[in-house]
Amino acid sequence: MHKLTAIPFFLLLIFLQGCASTPLRGTGDLGVVIERAAGSIQVVETTGRTRLGKIDGLGDLSHASVNYSRDERYAYVFGRDGGLTKIDLLEMRIVKRVMQSGNSIGGAISQDGKLVAVANYTPGGVKVFDAVTLELVADIPALDDNGKPSKVIGLVDAPGNRFVFSLFEAGEIWLADLRLPTKPALTKFKNVGKEPYDAMITADGRYYLAGLFGEDGLALLDLWDLKAGVKRVLNGYGKGEQKLPVYKMPHLEGWAATGNELLVPAVGRHEVLVVDQGSWKEVGRISVHGQPVFVVARPDNRQVWVNYAFPHNEVVQVIDVPSRTIVKTLQPGKGVLHMEFTPRGEQIWISVRDEDRVEIYDTETFEKVGELPVDKPSGIFFTPRAHRTGL
Amino acid sequence: MVFADLPSPARQTELLNLVRQDCGSCHGLRLEGGLGLPLTPQALKEKSPEALKQTILYGRGGTPMPPWNPFLTDSEAGWIVETLLKGLP
Repeated sequence: MHKLTAIPFFLLLIFLQGCASTPLRGTGDLGVVIERAAGSIQVVETTGRTRLGKIDGLGDLSHASVNYSRDERYAYVFGRDGGLTKIDLLEMRIVKRVMQSGNSIGGAISQDGKLVAVANYTPGGVKVFDAVTLELVADIPALDDNGKPSKVIGLVDAPGNRFVFSLFEAGEIWLADLRLPTKPALTKFKNVGKEPYDAMITADGRYYLAGLFGEDGLALLDLWDLKAGVKRVLNGYGKGEQKLPVYKMPHLEGWAATGNELLVPAVGRHEVLVVDQGSWKEVGRISVHGQPVFVVARPDNRQVWVNYAFPHNEVVQVIDVPSRTIVKTLQPGKGVLHMEFTPRGEQIWISVRDEDRVEIYDTETFEKVGELPVDKPSGIFFTPRAHRTGL
Repeated sequence: MVFADLPSPARQTELLNLVRQDCGSCHGLRLEGGLGLPLTPQALKEKSPEALKQTILYGRGGTPMPPWNPFLTDSEAGWIVETLLKGLP
């Protein structure tokens, strides 16, 4: 008798275990938070605002960034030490990890989702990998006309399966066409300005803008009109004024393009600049709490959220776009490093490094609606980035 | 180098956090370099400690390296140099 009852019970257990190990779910509300000191990531979900798991062994993540596969299942994590790691968000594991250079700064995924490109400092250049296998497809050394290597920064994807990036020392912008992945066709724009330190592409994939550290202004490339070359815009900004020291370089990724205007961090000034996208002229300045680092628009473009460099990095401010005024100043704590909106922008997640937590705010009421413990959090990356050019 | 006033243990913890996190944002969390040069003992061994201290306090013109003297005393900058040359604990 005992044997007979034992068998169905055993089968029931298998059935239950089967359910427990394969719950079906989508990935559109998932994301990754970087634990920069521990070299690990937390996989999170934004619907219930919970942590789903932690993945270790990703190396030096002191300047890490993440791109997503177009099915939003896999995350590509780019580490400072040149490590490129492919993560399966559903199985919560490392699929593959390659050490592709000595020192890297970020990456991008191609329009068709088949290629992952990495921007490197040492040795400078761009390496392109197969997004499925992480096998090397193309290697693009960043050498100037005299054969001198440059650090590569501001690598983004562009329509037409192209990548655009800038050479810090050489002061050049390169466009790499990878429609034939093993034979990148390069178009080089020289003398774009001194020390491009970061760049962004507008969400429509048309304008590539590089910030210049070595001089005033921005280098602008219109991808719809390559013959026009790289133009300098905002040239006169800050002429004759004493610049303040910059304790952390601004990031241009996520520069707030709010329709007709672009809101960008000033360099060496406690200001956000308002730039008209038609004339590329400065049309306003907004005084803020410190040197801006990230200036990011809520998905509806009504608000822009700003965080700051040391020693002002305990504060986040919210700019109301129509009135160009600061409508809220929040004090999440020391070491606010990054902010990421939920897909439609009703909430924002903020990493607070020195408090070892991520705080979550309602973007209409500015009330804190949650927080999660995360070890020295830096970048927060949600999966809807998979479908946005330049992210 | 001899220092008249060594930073207090609490201040040393703060300074180490500053070096790792804030210097690290350009020089790498492991100080192996990034936009800024590497700051490992190997990379710094040929450099003059006094010049390194001056660089920390006053920055380097023509580069992104900013002056840290608003946040550090002379002896704290000296202690950071000595700590970098030995390797961070």
